[in-house]
Amino acid sequence: MALQQDSKKPESKEYSWPSRDGAQVIGQALDRLDGMAKTTGAAKYTYDVNLKNQLIAMALGCPYAHCRIKSLDTRAAESVAGVVSVYVLPQGAVGSEIQWQGELLAVVAAESEGAAHEGVAALKLDVETLDVFVNEEDLDAAQGAGRTTRGGSKVELEREPGDDDDEDEFAELEMARLFEEADYTVEGYYGIDVITHCCLEPHGSTVVWEGDKLTAYLSTQNVSGTNDGFAGGLSTDEKTVTADEVEVICNYVGGGFGSKFAPDFWGIAAAQIAKNTGRPVKLMLTRDQELKIAGSRPSGYIHVKIGADKNGVVSIWDSHHWGTSGYRGGGVSQGVMPYVIRPKNYRRVATNVKTNNAQARAWRAPNHPQACALTQTAIDDLAAEMGKDSLDVFMANCQAGNIDSKHPQAAEVYMEELKIAARLMGWKDKWHPHGKGRARGSIVDGLGMALHTWGGVANDSTATVRVYPDGGVESFCGSQDVGTGTRTIIAQVLAETFGLGIKDVRVNIGSSKYPASGASGGSTTVGGVSESHRRASQDILRQLNGLVAKKLGVPAASLYASGGRIQSRSGKGMSWTEACRLLGLKPLEITNLYERFGGRDGLRATTDDMPSALSNEGVCGVQMAHAEVDRETGQVRMKKLVAVQDQGLVINPKTCKSQIYGAVVMGIHAALFEQRINDPSTGAFVNAEMSDYKLARLGDIGEIVVELYEPESERKRGVIGNGEPPVIAPTTAISNAVCNALGVRVPVIPLTPKRVLEALAAAGRA
Amino acid sequence: MTDSTTNQGLKSAFSRRAFMRGSGAVAATAALQTQQVAAEDKSSEIVSGQKTITLNVNRKDYSLRIEPRDTLLDVLRYKLDLTGAKPVSSDGSSGASTVMIDGKPKTASTTFAIACVGKRIVTAEGLDDKKVPEAFVKYDAQQCGFCTPGFVVALHAFLNKYPHATEDQIRQGLNGNICRCGTYANVIQAAVSVVKGGK
Repeated sequence: MALQQDSKKPESKEYSWPSRDGAQVIGQALDRLDGMAKTTGAAKYTYDVNLKNQLIAMALGCPYAHCRIKSLDTRAAESVAGVVSVYVLPQGAVGSEIQWQGELLAVVAAESEGAAHEGVAALKLDVETLDVFVNEEDLDAAQGAGRTTRGGSKVELEREPGDDDDEDEFAELEMARLFEEADYTVEGYYGIDVITHCCLEPHGSTVVWEGDKLTAYLSTQNVSGTNDGFAGGLSTDEKTVTADEVEVICNYVGGGFGSKFAPDFWGIAAAQIAKNTGRPVKLMLTRDQELKIAGSRPSGYIHVKIGADKNGVVSIWDSHHWGTSGYRGGGVSQGVMPYVIRPKNYRRVATNVKTNNAQARAWRAPNHPQACALTQTAIDDLAAEMGKDSLDVFMANCQAGNIDSKHPQAAEVYMEELKIAARLMGWKDKWHPHGKGRARGSIVDGLGMALHTWGGVANDSTATVRVYPDGGVESFCGSQDVGTGTRTIIAQVLAETFGLGIKDVRVNIGSSKYPASGASGGSTTVGGVSESHRRASQDILRQLNGLVAKKLGVPAASLYASGGRIQSRSGKGMSWTEACRLLGLKPLEITNLYERFGGRDGLRATTDDMPSALSNEGVCGVQMAHAEVDRETGQVRMKKLVAVQDQGLVINPKTCKSQIYGAVVMGIHAALFEQRINDPSTGAFVNAEMSDYKLARLGDIGEIVVELYEPESERKRGVIGNGEPPVIAPTTAISNAVCNALGVRVPVIPLTPKRVLEALAAAGRA
Repeated sequence: MTDSTTNQGLKSAFSRRAFMRGSGAVAATAALQTQQVAAEDKSSEIVSGQKTITLNVNRKDYSLRIEPRDTLLDVLRYKLDLTGAKPVSSDGSSGASTVMIDGKPKTASTTFAIACVGKRIVTAEGLDDKKVPEAFVKYDAQQCGFCTPGFVVALHAFLNKYPHATEDQIRQGLNGNICRCGTYANVIQAAVSVVKGGK
């Protein structure tokens, strides 16, 4: 029996981080605790969970982008040797209208992958094909096809209309005046195509029933929030399944990036087939299904005109952007436009386009990478138009306060980070005006930069920490590790509090039966789990210190945990194990809930009046790219990319830097290689295999320099998530570097060789 | 039978402008450099139904009942529960299923199990030398980790062949493996450290 003690409603001042000098484990670049398990193949991902007597299920994806089902004949599939069950999904029913290629219609469960494949191939589908629209870049065509909806708009002007003025008319006149007064005006067209999440471990689950209890090994970013998803999906009018009857387990997840928050209908189908057959079922999407239906990032295209003063300070912005999130429309939110560099006067208009593609899902830093690419390309073109150094123009806009950022001291932080990045890049030495660099044969090189911002607030997180009388330490939290290093972060927090090493504590995450913790989305995990574990462990230490103080006859306030001991400033102390023995026979267990935005009175850890000292939100970040372009072949090669990133207090610089290295490479993937390509006549997603869906390889990345910006002014803010921010700027920085190299803008990202050559040809520079 | 070698840093012959223009938006020379697929045809025996074979995996013999269509990857993962090699791409283009067959890196997803009889198969789980896995941990050359065992085997095989590889050679020679999380910079650091004797 554990000694249960819920912490009382906390005062935020009770919880704090050690100073930089005082920290023993926090701030150390320690190796991942699960590193060897991953490198040697011992780590079991959902796809790797093999249950006794399991069936392998594979689904038929619709080959048509828009059609109506006339019939789906399962008889031949059912008679394939090894096929145990053919399960027709609601979408496969006669009369059902399918709106994107790859939509799952039926599932075949069999004794082996081979038999399941053969079964799927034996399904006979007959459809009536319907009209498709997939070319959202062509706004006129989208409007002509009736595929557009309004995506919102906003006009922001420093001057207010008079009482008698018509608001729209005033805005037109005022904007015309601002453009008239501008020393420079630039008009441009820019774009960024749809990319997919392309998780290397496809979406899916391995599920098993024991009576009415479902265990679902699910590849998920949301361990604590998917048990109810299974329960709801499995409930019928006759029988209700509740979340307590489901355990979701995910010890390792092979990529998520914002696409793995739910069981998905194919997870529910797996559970239903398992119920029907009485056998465990593994259903993982195939590679092409993963790309076609399991998540994508909206595209964005923009017409923009900007006006600026003689220093390049933007005075007026006027834009219309459009794009698609798929079948239901949607696109890049107008709320983030213009991005980071935001003048005092602007008008933004957004149009959403519906295409025959599966709906987008949150993609690492939703809206931001596209908004950055639709904004800061134009800012860089302004520098080109002026014949000025891009760095000076970006800097001038920071100095003028033309900044929209979630960081409260954004302008100063951007300027500091710009200086650091410029030094690490050797910007001033390498800089040449756009298109004016010296060519080596057909090769030219150039520099580009971009700024980003993100929130990264800690998510709600509950942790149970248990200390045993023999000195053992264990924690439980329904969080997950999407690559963040969650286990290691938690271990560092606990070890710091207790004065132990990270291998002295046992961290348990990855089950929905553990105390609930938020989904890993929005750069919220490191903040969330460090909040809950620091709080619970500091609560425990206070109690333990009370026992030690009594035993030693010293004030509890004089005690601190360090080097495996509980020590008094007077010199008295005892080992951690001796201190834990004072607990008697029962472990001490404390559960602490951190709930920043929760509405449940009495449980909220912080309020607006009482912010947490442990975590915060709002970061900046600057990236600079150096790329070379072969004017003969159109190929872009990365030479160097510098990323300077603030994220408050850094718990583990090694895993923190890894996030940034990886984010930069994801930016290179998107800048130069990856795009969804739809055939315009059939709507087919034609490159939905790894060999055709291009991603950067190891030889494509050039040199990457990562600098963590953590002066005391940032460190004292507490932990802020950094999963998202560094993925935002690289695509834009690279686009700007290519423009600087060529003296010609390649308008739409990715900057494929074809597009580079087309842009050169269009500019008469081929 | 089709084998695919994963660690050839081949210079593409297709780098001329006309080709790039004509190849459409899918073209990117990086991918052209990454894969060399060589057809081999060593067996003319026609096999159907189930068959019992012996496979030597990680220095142990296993008697296995298989179908001729079973890939080595299927057999490793489902019959031996060796799940380090991952199913990411059925055509081997991700390198995630890389194992060593008779000392050479091959993608298990493009290799039939039946073609591996009499060969020595080593998976990520069975590397006797842990230098590469340890360097991956030290330089944090992994995030989600799904591509990692395949990458580890590929690097292990590459460094067996080129123990004194320079950083440039490493950048040229490891283009058969995809990491979606983008850990390449860390992989390069890990590889360089192994060449330098773990420094």
